[in-house]
Amino acid sequence: MIVEHRGLSEISGSLVILEGVKHPVNEELVEIHLPDHTKRIGRIVAIEGDKAALQVFEGTRGLSMVNTKTVLTGKPMEMNVSSEILGRVFDGLGRPIDGLGEIFPEKKRNVNGQPMNPVSRVYPQNFIRTGISSIDCLATLIRGQKLPIFSGSGMKHNELAVQIVRQASLADDDDFAIVFAAMGVKNDVADYFRQSFENAGVMDRVVMFLNVSNDPIVERIITPRCALTAAEYLAFDLNKHILVILTDMTSYCEALREFSSSKGEIPGRKGYPGYLYSDLATIYERAGIINSAKGSVTQIPILTMPNDDITHPIPDLTGYITEGQIVLDRGLDTMGVYPPVNVLASLSRLMKDGIGDGATREDHAALSNQLFALYAKVQDAKALASVIGEDELSDADKKIMAFGKAFDEQFLNQGGVNRSLDETLDLGWSLLSMLPRNMLERVDDALLDKYYKPPIDAE
Amino acid sequence: MEHENLIYGINGPVVTIKGKTTLSMLEMVYVGKQKLIGEVIGIERDKTTIQVYEDTVGLSPNEPVYATGSQISVTLGPGILSNIFDGIERPLLALQEKTGAFIGKGINTGVLDEEKLWQVHLTVKAGDKLSGGAVYAETQETPAILHKIMLSPLLCGTVVRVMPDGAYKVNDTVAVLQTDDGKEVPLTLCQKWPIRIPRPVRQRLGVTKPLITGQRVLDTLFPIAKGGAAAIPGGFGTGKTMTQHQLAKWCDADIIIYVGCGERGNEMTQALTEFSELIDPRSGKPLTDRTVLIANTSNMPVAAREASIYTGITLAEYYRDMGYHTAIMADSTSRWAEALREISGRLEEMPADEGFPAYLPSRLSEFYERAGDMETLCGKEGSVSIIGAVSPQGSDFSEPVTQNTKRFTRCFWALDKALAYARHYPSINWNQSYSEYVGELEQWYHDNVGADFGKYREEIASILYEESGLMEIVKLIGADVLPDDQKLTIEIARVIRVGFLQQNAFHPEDTYVPLEKQMKMMHVILHLYHKCQQIVALQVPMSKLLSTGLFDKLVKMKYDVPNSKPELLDDYLTEIDSTLAAYLRK
Repeated sequence: MIVEHRGLSEISGSLVILEGVKHPVNEELVEIHLPDHTKRIGRIVAIEGDKAALQVFEGTRGLSMVNTKTVLTGKPMEMNVSSEILGRVFDGLGRPIDGLGEIFPEKKRNVNGQPMNPVSRVYPQNFIRTGISSIDCLATLIRGQKLPIFSGSGMKHNELAVQIVRQASLADDDDFAIVFAAMGVKNDVADYFRQSFENAGVMDRVVMFLNVSNDPIVERIITPRCALTAAEYLAFDLNKHILVILTDMTSYCEALREFSSSKGEIPGRKGYPGYLYSDLATIYERAGIINSAKGSVTQIPILTMPNDDITHPIPDLTGYITEGQIVLDRGLDTMGVYPPVNVLASLSRLMKDGIGDGATREDHAALSNQLFALYAKVQDAKALASVIGEDELSDADKKIMAFGKAFDEQFLNQGGVNRSLDETLDLGWSLLSMLPRNMLERVDDALLDKYYKPPIDAE
Repeated sequence: MEHENLIYGINGPVVTIKGKTTLSMLEMVYVGKQKLIGEVIGIERDKTTIQVYEDTVGLSPNEPVYATGSQISVTLGPGILSNIFDGIERPLLALQEKTGAFIGKGINTGVLDEEKLWQVHLTVKAGDKLSGGAVYAETQETPAILHKIMLSPLLCGTVVRVMPDGAYKVNDTVAVLQTDDGKEVPLTLCQKWPIRIPRPVRQRLGVTKPLITGQRVLDTLFPIAKGGAAAIPGGFGTGKTMTQHQLAKWCDADIIIYVGCGERGNEMTQALTEFSELIDPRSGKPLTDRTVLIANTSNMPVAAREASIYTGITLAEYYRDMGYHTAIMADSTSRWAEALREISGRLEEMPADEGFPAYLPSRLSEFYERAGDMETLCGKEGSVSIIGAVSPQGSDFSEPVTQNTKRFTRCFWALDKALAYARHYPSINWNQSYSEYVGELEQWYHDNVGADFGKYREEIASILYEESGLMEIVKLIGADVLPDDQKLTIEIARVIRVGFLQQNAFHPEDTYVPLEKQMKMMHVILHLYHKCQQIVALQVPMSKLLSTGLFDKLVKMKYDVPNSKPELLDDYLTEIDSTLAAYLRK
């Protein structure tokens, strides 16, 4: 029996209140029919007796207190999934927009997902080679990891994401696919990604969810959930390895803030809702591997740090949930270094168990440790040089400065080149070999004997 | 007919009932047809508020709410150790069997394995008078831990019947107690206890013993006592979880409760796999034998996250009551505070600092005060030590959770982003951190490690302090212009920082270091310092001393000297003497 409710009793932002509801179900999907025979989708977000607060995904423009008919579906927000979704393009609510018709559903899945049982998780430790030195050597990506890119407006995070997709996919002959979700990005950016996927010849293995910047804001709250529902289906039902790219998480959080304030909730820091952490966690924690399926979900969320501020609540809370981060640096970007990775701020938490003998190379851990420690010293030397001038530095500091310069120019600035792991690690050693052996205090002698090869004239 | 409670409003994890109810404050309830677990958190004239520990999607008004008559409790008995639970003590392995890799809703499973037979030895006989907390039976729960089965602290009376020793299940009656008012109570292997009420003890003892962690920076500079409380604040990526894992692996508590409160799922998986592979250096048994994991990851329901901390501490108190030294690692208390904030927001309470409820400090103090070295009801000594991680937003230590935690803990291990960036782990900042236990533990170190331990510690701390002042100057004008005695301070501080404070958790020798070796390492470093001081006073330039290679050698001694042979460090003393003798003669 389908009951229609005529009219609404309150409209505020994307939130409407419906009264006299017979049997509302928390979080159920509703359809709001307008007089022009269009319909909008919403969901119930709070209930008080026979009053229900509805969140309307496509905005409340044109809605009035009298002109609507609302139908309660009794079901939570679900998405049709099947193996046919590969190669298709969807809107932010998971409806096909590529003109190829509806998806014949093999399964219907609640877009909110369910939390993974920690005992059913498999600890991720398979190295994914991205072909990018700064990532492979210093912040290694692991299958099943969630590793965000912290960027700023105007920096080359999209190029970096595309390069990771292109190179990581080619290196891996396993059954892989890409799920791409755009939240509030410009149309050009969505096109750029689509173009790049086509150029890389992977379009038939990509599922795209597009909520571009002129699409309704509230829809954005559902977009990553649809994308992850698709990813989970592909990974855990069809046993594929899925790389999920979510961009831009900042727009997502802003949508959440807007919606929260329209609900009249008590704001936390910078006006973001107090539950921003928990909400982000329900997205990021959907990455992983489970013991009952062969596939995996690896996430690369991209977020633009407002004003390049890493302590802003969005990057801050993201960093607390994700397993590390790749931070892009405005200074390096301006200097023309690509990819402009700020290696000191970047980190991969799962790296330690995914590298070393058997996985990558025996010297990987020690080498990356040493590069980090020395690059931290480069910053100290630079700070000192800016006060007393480079000429006044001690010999040791001068050597450190030279190392830092070479590191930026050779190691970081690799452009679109796809480097093998050996190339990356050997390059690291050739940089270390610029320095006297006693400065390499993080590496033990056995490794030094094998890899440390100073130029002859330095001795 | 019993009055039925019906759901009226639903807002996220908060459900309200309209009209008068007979529910009591903090009572556990089952909500809706799916029987989701909930707890009464507010009762007004005509509205009762319930927080639900599971996802409320699909709940409807007019569904019933079932009262249980008891508060949210944990079941305490053999089978807790080496297990992994969610925030309200549901065993995750059992959940996996019921709903697969993703956690379903409204599932009620027994907490402890009800079919398993335990070999029980009864320690009482008929006619014995028992008071609350008295031990009446024992069973070997894991090869390392003898589980003592105690009378609930609320009961007392006379034993009237005792079963013979043998194999029993947790719910089997092993004895019968007659209380003073004549009622007969069957005694099983388990009991229940509400999580929000501290288990009673006879009295609180003063702290006298350190919780030895094998981590040099903690054991020497900032020790925590058995029964103490410590906070580890740090921004993301500074190594909070890493430090917590190291403590859970190596600290010398008998029982470890590790609470993953609102943190990453993969971290719990990692703890699970790593702990089962590691061997406890003291008992020689797998670490899981003494460990309980409580996992309420960040995407699991927020109300259960709030409860997970209390579940953890109640388990710790239960083992303390048997006379064990327990330690609970809570990672992270900020997520718990955020859960409080979220629930408080849904209740439309007036917020205080940064949206946190005004009762945040009192909740924090209630939690940290459950730590302590106690004389238990059965007359044994047992302790609960709390180590709480704090995740300050934006690494800003002035935020409310860090500040209030500071008030109620006596150890503050501040993690530093700059150190973490330079991959100096553990990234505990020696200038910001402190331990108030140093004075109380002085005597123990004096008696058990060495008479000079306190002296060494002070000297190391003062060198580091001096260095931090000198580094201010170095940052402005460079190190070259400093006089040689100050250069020496900087060099020896480098040895302390890199060779002593920095500790490699992945190095088999360095991950855990016994106190004896720590003491000798300090001795060697300070010996070099004192000798060099004499030499520098004779106008020998620092560059000459550095070229001896002694400084670099000391930096690597943590790897070169195995834990089993600390006496090798004595050779370093002789080598320092012989190498430097030439300079002293001039």
